[in-house]
Amino acid sequence: MSVLWVGMIVISLICGLLTGNGEAVGAAAVSGAAQGVELCLSMAGLLCLWTGVMEVMRRCGLADQLSRLLRPLLRRLFPAFAGDKEVMDAVSTNISANLLGLGNAATPLGLEASRLMARRTPGVASDGLCMFVVCNTASIQLIPTTVAGLRSAAGCTTPFDILPAVWLASTLSIITGVTAVKLFSRLFPCAPAPRLQPSLRVGKAR
Amino acid sequence: MTLALNLLMPVMLAGISLYAMCKRVDVYDGVIHGAAEGLSVIYRIAPPLIALMTAIAMLRASGALELAAHALSPLLTALGIPAETVGLLLVRPISGSAALGVGADIIKTYGPDSEIGRVAAVMLGSTETTFYTVAVYFGAAGIKKTRYAIPAALCADFVGFCAAALAVRIFF
Repeated sequence: MSVLWVGMIVISLICGLLTGNGEAVGAAAVSGAAQGVELCLSMAGLLCLWTGVMEVMRRCGLADQLSRLLRPLLRRLFPAFAGDKEVMDAVSTNISANLLGLGNAATPLGLEASRLMARRTPGVASDGLCMFVVCNTASIQLIPTTVAGLRSAAGCTTPFDILPAVWLASTLSIITGVTAVKLFSRLFPCAPAPRLQPSLRVGKAR
Repeated sequence: MTLALNLLMPVMLAGISLYAMCKRVDVYDGVIHGAAEGLSVIYRIAPPLIALMTAIAMLRASGALELAAHALSPLLTALGIPAETVGLLLVRPISGSAALGVGADIIKTYGPDSEIGRVAAVMLGSTETTFYTVAVYFGAAGIKKTRYAIPAALCADFVGFCAAALAVRIFF
């Protein structure tokens, strides 16, 4: 992160001097920080309202219902863990929290799920764990509140009109991720794990 | 279509509130508590945004972003992605707050309802901070060998970016 930040500043200074935009860079260095604060304040309203709505959804059990709904699909996605109730519980609550945009709830659940999954293959990412992490690196949030806040902060009166586009792009992205995991797990099997895993699974399931 | 989407939010607000009330949930209390949590999110992202918006504003003023867009535009145009979103593509997998800052800058510069502004918003909404997530999850699980997880996640990001541009062209 430090490299990124220092890099951006040094590049803009050098580039500004070379292209003759030095003065503009100086002005931007002074005004940029205020833009950061303005951005936070102007997106805060919409973002907080929706985290409020999401909290209501969680309290009335919609998140639990969603995670139950997802269970059959997730069992297919994580065949090695399908019989492990503890893992499947953590995974499905994590995914449903992600769908609803409950980021603060999703992360601890996800960390718990990955810890539980890693118990079988210490130090090495199993195919199931890779699948889980890739599912979490793809955004599956149904209502991207932060982005909507960003758009309304820029003066947009219909900040949610991008929803269908976001859903389409998210779906294509997650399908790609899942396909890539399936493909790579065939192409690059983990040397000892494939033999170890099925036997462990049978032991657990019985 | 636009009317339906504009009404989606009020309808959801009403629907969720009524459903929660039937379930005997204290709706107002839930909204207030959730909003307080939202404020803590804002509180958490404000310091990085202040630092990053300074750097991004400097980068834009220096002309470096246009140079990068210009250099990569043949490649991006071939993929159907507006070259102006190049900064977002580069930082999105690395840093969530930097992506937010770059996205905000793009949306402000080109307008929230412009094609570029919309593509940037959809990109932000349909991808995640890949490297951060991988680091945190594998770190918590004590994983040293991450195998193919990062390439697979980057495949998903790449398709997400292309699909964002495609989706905006389809829907608008």
